[in-house]
Amino acid sequence: MNRLTDLPKARLFWPIVTLVALLLLNAAVAPGFFAIRVQNGHLFGSLIDILRNGAPTLLVALGMTLVIATRGIDLSVGAVVAISGALACTIIADSPDPGSVGTVLAAVSVALLFSLVLGAWNGLLVAVFGIQPIIATLILMTAGRGIAMLITEGQIITITSAPFKVIGAGHWFGLPASIVIAGGMFALAALLTRKTALGLLIESVGINPVASRLAGVRSRGIIWVVYVFSALCAGIAGLMIASNVTAADANSAGLYIEMDAILAVVIGGTSLAGGRYSLTGTLIGAFIIQTLTTTVYTVGIAPSITLVFKALVVIAVCLLQSPVLQEKLRQRRSTTKAGALA
Amino acid sequence: MTITPSTSRATDAPAPTGRPIIEMEDISISFPGVKALDSVSFRMFPGEVHSLMGENGAGKSTLIKALTGVYSIDSGTMSLGGEPLVISGPAQAQAAGISTVYQEVNLLPNLSVAENIMLGREPRRLGAIDWRTMRDRAGELLARLHLDIDPGSQLSSHSLAVQQLVAIARATDIDAKVLILDEPTSSLDADEVSELFRVIRGLKDDGVAILFVSHFLDQVYEISDRLTVLRNGALVGEYLTREILRIELVHKMIGKELATLESLENKTRAAAVEGETEEVPYLKAVGLGRKGSVEPTDLVIHEGEVVGLAGLLGSGRTEIARLITGADRADSGELFVRGTKKRLRTPRVALRDRIAYSSEDRKREGIVEELSVRDNIVLALQADRGWFRRISKRRQDELANSYISALGIRPANPDALVRNLSGGNQQKVLLARWLAVAPRLLVLDEPTRGIDVGAKAEIQKLVSSLADEGMAVVFISAELEEVLRLSHRIAVMRDRRKVADLPNEDVTVGEIMGLIASGAEA
Repeated sequence: MNRLTDLPKARLFWPIVTLVALLLLNAAVAPGFFAIRVQNGHLFGSLIDILRNGAPTLLVALGMTLVIATRGIDLSVGAVVAISGALACTIIADSPDPGSVGTVLAAVSVALLFSLVLGAWNGLLVAVFGIQPIIATLILMTAGRGIAMLITEGQIITITSAPFKVIGAGHWFGLPASIVIAGGMFALAALLTRKTALGLLIESVGINPVASRLAGVRSRGIIWVVYVFSALCAGIAGLMIASNVTAADANSAGLYIEMDAILAVVIGGTSLAGGRYSLTGTLIGAFIIQTLTTTVYTVGIAPSITLVFKALVVIAVCLLQSPVLQEKLRQRRSTTKAGALA
Repeated sequence: MTITPSTSRATDAPAPTGRPIIEMEDISISFPGVKALDSVSFRMFPGEVHSLMGENGAGKSTLIKALTGVYSIDSGTMSLGGEPLVISGPAQAQAAGISTVYQEVNLLPNLSVAENIMLGREPRRLGAIDWRTMRDRAGELLARLHLDIDPGSQLSSHSLAVQQLVAIARATDIDAKVLILDEPTSSLDADEVSELFRVIRGLKDDGVAILFVSHFLDQVYEISDRLTVLRNGALVGEYLTREILRIELVHKMIGKELATLESLENKTRAAAVEGETEEVPYLKAVGLGRKGSVEPTDLVIHEGEVVGLAGLLGSGRTEIARLITGADRADSGELFVRGTKKRLRTPRVALRDRIAYSSEDRKREGIVEELSVRDNIVLALQADRGWFRRISKRRQDELANSYISALGIRPANPDALVRNLSGGNQQKVLLARWLAVAPRLLVLDEPTRGIDVGAKAEIQKLVSSLADEGMAVVFISAELEEVLRLSHRIAVMRDRRKVADLPNEDVTVGEIMGLIASGAEA
């Protein structure tokens, strides 16, 4: 057995292959796809756009990964995105000085604090009251949009605030700020799970909650933390989306983002059954989702079949990772090998 | 007669007249981190009962799963009746005439006997199930096994032994040339075993090759013609049952001496006599009980003492263990740890008081299957320290490696997934997890169930030496000999209450059995 034939068994092999294939497809259709140019000290290019536009999905998917690792799911992230954006925009719009950094900091703080509260609510329902995660977060998924509507009073709130605009459309260190923020959160999640024992305890609770309890693991606290983290990620994503369009739309902000996030997690190889998870896998999964959207535009796929195209790619990646199919392929290869020898 | 461990079986056991029906040559199977079978050869002859012997982790189940198509083999060849055999799934194995009856009867208790026998092969007429033919056909099969039950009766209305026979009837209907019986007798009583053996002999006379797996040596010697011994995934040898002495067989299975066990017994008895002190017990339960689980019970456990809990399943032996370890919450009574009143609401609280509970349900309440040996060992210690005080990678490796070598965990690889370990080794990983938190009271619920003779002796030795070092141990086992051998004191449970609490001095298995059966006050 050599290294090369073992490669397809590596956990992230197929997601990486898919991402590279999609990028190559784009490059073939649109020459200069990989070109990155510097303008006013900022980086620009199609790849940068993918990273920038994929940042909110990546953020939400990060939180979702940890929630899924504990055997849970968080359907409320889209609603939290809407609430967070609505709160921030309303505060900025109502303030006498929308352009000041102080106002924006206050608005962002309030929005994120409220996101934490919403996460704590989900955690309370799941960890303390033992409500099934899909039901517990469904409550906020539906009620949350209502809360966002209350905050915006049913209006689309548009704002003009340069400091706020930075979050979704500005640049830091030559990179779009949203990439820096998403990268920072990714690093934070990685540090939090690797440098502390949180990763081990999350996996343990996700794989075997009963055994973990007997081993003295405080699963209640851990489950709580992952829902709070998920809501925080969604809150930041909400600010990013609102900032990018300088408006809060309670109806459509973050709509279906939970689906993209769950897909990113699953494409990244984390099982919905909980347990072992991969943050890097989620990162790749989120980029696959975003690249797909970009591909639809570059290749010029008719809008009417866009969803079908996306679905086909997702099905392909999931199938390639399915243990059943991998076993079948392995058997076919070994029998053809045996046949060739005979 | 000389019997040398050998990989060439021809020298050990001559073939009967006739050719083997099953020949497996140089079979190897590996799982990540584990070589489960290493170039093992195995054969079966028609009309013979062949016992597969070995400790847990020897590779018995892996070999069976290779033969039945559950696992695919990495290398080696298999043949059936001289024809090359390539099996890619259980259904194909069945079609080839290889039938299996597993340890746990996997039938459908709420269906009728006939439905169970014919499941998936129901005779049909005009697309609908032909119930009459089905019942008749099932009746014939039952008659062949001399089993006089109504095919229309519900399966769950019969004893486990009869259910086992129904499973065999089902297996033999598929025109079986080879019948695999994996631990068929583990839940049967003596009469039921002899009933099963009568059926096995009948099938044998019909020319069926039977693969028999059992932990009970008596049964192996009674029923089988031929033995194959595996150890650590490798073939030790094939022997004719009538030509190998029991002591030789055990020696070949565990590959080491059993003398440790006997010295252990004498030492425990000696310690029991001198352990009569009036110090404050580590744990004292007064009227501790839980509705629907165990009646209010008193229990005292001193440091350096092994307290055996004897009783049948459901007698309250596990239930009281769960109350003193915080696994379940008591709703009556009081509990004192070193004389201080405590409420152990959760296992976490109990662990804080250095009380650890190793559950009887290894798979569901013990190991975390998808995590590595290292992660499983450090889990309880890490949980106690909380998330932020992570045990450094170096310290984790030190811990894991020291317990791997101290307890002889195989494979000796801290990165191996616990899922891929044998039952005995999983149990050792669990013990390591609890020992890592340095408990003062260790409650072991059936720590030796379903594991092999060698690992059993090692765990018993460990329990004894832990008590010598001053740990309090509660030892629960369905095997009374084991409880007697290890305990300084024995509490007997019956019908959810403690019926006796006696020092282990000149107590016999018979006396304990009497207490379990009659509940006489002591």
